[in-house]
Amino acid sequence: MIAFRMPSLGADMENGKLIEWLKEPGDDIKRGDILAVVETVKGAIEIESFDEGVLEKHVATLGQSIPVGETLALIRGIGENSEEVDAGFRAESVSGDGAPKATPAARKRAHEASLDLAGITPGTDGVIGLEQVNAAISTMSEKPDADKTGATTKTKTVKPGLDLTVMRKSIGAAMARSKRDIPHYYVSSPIDCMALTDWLERENEKRSVAERILYAAPLIKAAALALLKTPNLNGFYTDEDFHSASGIHIGVATSLRGGGLIAPALHDADKLSVDNIMTHLRDLVGRVRTGRLRASEMSDPTVTISILGEDTADAVAPVIYPPQVAIIGCGSISKRPWVIDGDIKIRDIITVTVAGDHRVSDGRAAAQFLRHLSNAVQQPEEL
Amino acid sequence: MTEDEIMALARRALFEVAPDLEGESINPDESLRDQFEIDSMDLLNFFIKLHDGTGVDIPEKDYAQLATMSGVVAYLKSRLGAH
Repeated sequence: MIAFRMPSLGADMENGKLIEWLKEPGDDIKRGDILAVVETVKGAIEIESFDEGVLEKHVATLGQSIPVGETLALIRGIGENSEEVDAGFRAESVSGDGAPKATPAARKRAHEASLDLAGITPGTDGVIGLEQVNAAISTMSEKPDADKTGATTKTKTVKPGLDLTVMRKSIGAAMARSKRDIPHYYVSSPIDCMALTDWLERENEKRSVAERILYAAPLIKAAALALLKTPNLNGFYTDEDFHSASGIHIGVATSLRGGGLIAPALHDADKLSVDNIMTHLRDLVGRVRTGRLRASEMSDPTVTISILGEDTADAVAPVIYPPQVAIIGCGSISKRPWVIDGDIKIRDIITVTVAGDHRVSDGRAAAQFLRHLSNAVQQPEEL
Repeated sequence: MTEDEIMALARRALFEVAPDLEGESINPDESLRDQFEIDSMDLLNFFIKLHDGTGVDIPEKDYAQLATMSGVVAYLKSRLGAH
């Protein structure tokens, strides 16, 4: 029997609350299937399986806060015998202690509509099904203008299940640990990125709005290619030792409205085309906004990039997210006087700063990274 | 499309892109970036939805005209009227 455990979704996580099962006992489980949804300070995270087999049984109870590493469910591996075969559907997504009984689909729908199951009247069988949830949703949308009439007091809109105060605390704890344990060094260069911005302008002019690219996409690709050449910026420092990562999974720092930050991973960024990176980026940001990230995206970035975006600030000296060993901070692009062959020209300049872990590398690695990045950015059509 | 219809469409598009803002009142003359911490990705997704809803192609060089909600309405109205 394989234990399906609560994963660690980052250095700042100790436990997560199980809020939904997406697989029932008897269901076939393939690698990558999403089994459960867990609520953390970073919102609802989908937990996928890395094993194959058949779901034997749920071990953890819905609504419980479960420590990292604890068993959530048991999976019967291929070829293993069942202890107790119970393939038929049971309304097992149901917890014992007072929580309402509901089907997984209903639970999912209610969660998506930010409805509390406790406020929904179950069907005649005592279980809340999709029918009941849909009915509750339509009653909800029949009175959409409650705000205007002043019938309800307006509260600050924050994503359901996301407590920004708690998130601030956990970011604080992780960053304090980082600053205490990691001897940071910082290396920074302003980079002429006019070749990139000109290329983007030409590309985007040809494209319909849905196919356009933001400069973050080629910049991430350029950073991934530069990391290929500076492997001691890409990996983890664990057990008093550096473990260089085999893939380049770039955590893209995405800020949340109202404060807080999530850096889900863009996997194998060095192998993706710029268009592919843009598609993934759009998908990631969309899911950060709606609170549906996957566990692997939370747990396995091998390095982080923070791109400040337009009209923000010139430079950022970021703090490494442990157990990673480097973080790349990109300021906003702005027009600056720049000397080329003895002449002053107006060029688009981006200041890129690398924070590295001195236990693993020296400033020289970061300087090399910046040089490779700059070179890659000069030939955007090659990215 | 009337101005009101365009405004309704733009509001819906914004709330789809940023569901956590649903129900917020929008100051039509303040930039969306400043008002709601809308970033470049949100803005691009917002323009895609405006394009889907109106059929108006929005070239990148015109983005600056769509920084505020009233700018969005004025821009789309003139582009739709020009057809």
